[in-house]
Amino acid sequence: MYVAVKGGERAIENAHGWLAEERRGDPGLAELSVAQIREQLALAVNRVMAEGSLYDPDLAALAIKQARGDLIEAIFLIRAYRTTLPRFGASAPVETGRMACDRRISATFRDVPGGQILGPTFDYTHRLLDFKLAAEGEPPEAPGHPAEPAPAPVPRVAEFLNREGLIEEAPRDDTPPPDLTREPLEMPADRALRLQALARADEGFTLSMAYSTQRGYARNHAFVGELRIGTVPVEMEIPELGFAVEIGEVTLTECETVNQFTGSKTEPAQFTRGYGLVFGQTERKAISMALVDRALRWEELGEDNVGAPAQDAEFVLYHADNIQATGFLEHIKLPHYVDFQSELELVRKLRREAQETREAAE
Amino acid sequence: MQAHTLQGGFAHPPSEAAQAFRRIMEAMARPGTIHSVTGAAPPAPLSPASGAALLVLCDPDTPLHLAGAADCPAVRDWVAFHTGAPIAAPGDCLFALGRWDELAPLDAYPTGRADYPDRSATLIVEMDRLEEEGARLRGPGIETRAHLSLPETGAFRANAALYPMGLDFLFTCGDRVAALPRSTEVF
Amino acid sequence: MTDYNFAYLDEQTKRMIRRALLKALAIPGYQVPFASREMPMPYGWGTGGVQVSAAVLTPEDRFKVIDQGADGTTNAVSIRAFFERTAGVATTTATHEASVIQTRHRIPEAPLREGQILVYQVPIPEPLRFLEPRESETRKMHELEEYGLMHVKLYEDIARHGHIATSYAYPVKVEGRYVMDPSPIPKFDNPKLSNSPAIQLFGAGREQRIYALPPYCEVVSLDFEDHPFEPSKADHPCGLCGATDSYLDEVIVDDAGGRMFVCSDTDYCDTRQAAGYRGKDAA
Repeated sequence: MYVAVKGGERAIENAHGWLAEERRGDPGLAELSVAQIREQLALAVNRVMAEGSLYDPDLAALAIKQARGDLIEAIFLIRAYRTTLPRFGASAPVETGRMACDRRISATFRDVPGGQILGPTFDYTHRLLDFKLAAEGEPPEAPGHPAEPAPAPVPRVAEFLNREGLIEEAPRDDTPPPDLTREPLEMPADRALRLQALARADEGFTLSMAYSTQRGYARNHAFVGELRIGTVPVEMEIPELGFAVEIGEVTLTECETVNQFTGSKTEPAQFTRGYGLVFGQTERKAISMALVDRALRWEELGEDNVGAPAQDAEFVLYHADNIQATGFLEHIKLPHYVDFQSELELVRKLRREAQETREAAE
Repeated sequence: MQAHTLQGGFAHPPSEAAQAFRRIMEAMARPGTIHSVTGAAPPAPLSPASGAALLVLCDPDTPLHLAGAADCPAVRDWVAFHTGAPIAAPGDCLFALGRWDELAPLDAYPTGRADYPDRSATLIVEMDRLEEEGARLRGPGIETRAHLSLPETGAFRANAALYPMGLDFLFTCGDRVAALPRSTEVF
Repeated sequence: MTDYNFAYLDEQTKRMIRRALLKALAIPGYQVPFASREMPMPYGWGTGGVQVSAAVLTPEDRFKVIDQGADGTTNAVSIRAFFERTAGVATTTATHEASVIQTRHRIPEAPLREGQILVYQVPIPEPLRFLEPRESETRKMHELEEYGLMHVKLYEDIARHGHIATSYAYPVKVEGRYVMDPSPIPKFDNPKLSNSPAIQLFGAGREQRIYALPPYCEVVSLDFEDHPFEPSKADHPCGLCGATDSYLDEVIVDDAGGRMFVCSDTDYCDTRQAAGYRGKDAA
């Protein structure tokens, strides 16, 4: 029986016990360690860090283990943990120009200073199941490329266009950005706030929004000007010392798109930019973010609003967070019988009256 | 920094702040009723009640204006240590503290925006006496009648006329607190 | 518990919520934005109510949680257990014993008194949301008191069905100013919103809004002169306690579709049965 009435407490306890058993699976098989998840399911770990807004590979791996591989559940665990952490301060902005790149490609130029670095990518793999992986204990073949990342700093591709004045300026702006996790989201949202929301947005949602722009719903002709993945140092000003010290490093994926722009009433024809920056190696997300960012910039660039979903900041930002979305979606599993009862009464009443009217007419 | 700067906060912050907030909330929900808030021992000229209100409501996110005698080094240091609230001018504050004549003029404080009337200041007014008598109050939170020994009536009438914008007031005296939200009409 | 703060939330978060609560009480029915935190339960499952309760609870409180009027529903059990664990507060199922009551979808049948606080869990705080999905637009409508759209919607119902076809989350106007969503309570409960001696607080976590009704606050269900508001319920007495004045759940009791009607407020029903009242289906 659906336990909505009494005995809820015991039902919950039993469900938790059963869940723990299912999570472990066949006890005859070795248990996954958090380190194994961190090392061998690194892209899942990256997604959980990015959408959980917390850079900690071990905690993300633990969350994945606890969530039985349900990544949105794992992101939820990380978010709920993150919100209880005290804040010691804010780091200095990371300098992605100083990134030690594992991967760095440009689709707009055949070659660029700093070079095209393919890096560890699925891009040119043939998607054939590798049955060798099914056999355990196979050490991977020695890599045929230098494992050392490219020497930093690697110049930015968009800057080559900037020198010619062909791309919009992106002047440095040191205004402290609003903080989505400490202040309620407010519309209209400036670009800093939009980017912040997109950086933690659901990958699938962001992908679909970006894809819709490619298919003509606010098409913005995006080229991947540059995609780079690598590590950057994180520095923090220590007031007592009077200078910044490096407190660690993070892996980031950064994507800058170069978009066609035919000009508007106020601006001459030039290229424009879309921007994506995400924790970890998460390039599908970073590219999607750049396309959606560009679509959302229609107003500041003086473009027409063609009514496309990806141009609608309220639509995109209020529906991009998978923790909000999944919670509200799944809450309809909770009992609603009080509301349903009032609907039952109403429908019965309306039907009764309709029948009486019909009978009276006959 | 003086040793007394470090003292006078709540001994058990989570529970004492919760208890003090409940009294302040009851005061705001029932204009004209007087409640006791204890646990804070701020430096002079602050009362224990106004000190408790600062501890409960202020932190680095809430610019605070100190008016008149309250704007002294001892109070500034105490506020900085216990709340971290930045000291601000009347026009930029979320909270202001002082005696009635020192807080004037009221039109210096933010009264909110028509679309965000909540973005307005709350004034904490130190009083020499605070009694459930005097000006008659009417509005939400009041069943039939309420009275409060307000310092005047005209300013509060003008404030209520701004509704839903406007200022909200806490009145403190010793360890006692009462409140007057903008929704209250004063006669 | 040593690993989390009293009532789970850190003190700075509680201060932020407490400030929002005071402004909400000062502007009855107006939705105050607040920076809702991720809670260890999902959005949509009471995170707004939980944050409000966490900000108002003191160690001396006696806490009651109901979902659909019942203390024993799974989510009510889960939220009660959360505060027993993180705040160490005493709990109760008796409405008259509770100082703070968190609720989803009901107002208790027993009259509330001064000093009590009723905390509502709210899924969609914006009463105009299903008429206008844009926050920037609905905010403007509240600013300008432009509630014509709501009246048009209700009037279209009357034109089509002969009645206002809203049976729960029935919109109200507070102190003649703000139109407010009372959360998805059945409209049967709407009259209890007005002039209550208790403080009523509403928390919407996912939508980041807090709003409030101070005690003795005028709350009017929207209606028309020729179609006055009428609270409604199943036209039966409770099968267990015989009450004729309580909101009823319909329970299907056998495969043949046999039904009985019982109080949705389990404490109300239990109290009546303990006092000797019996309905026709009572064992």
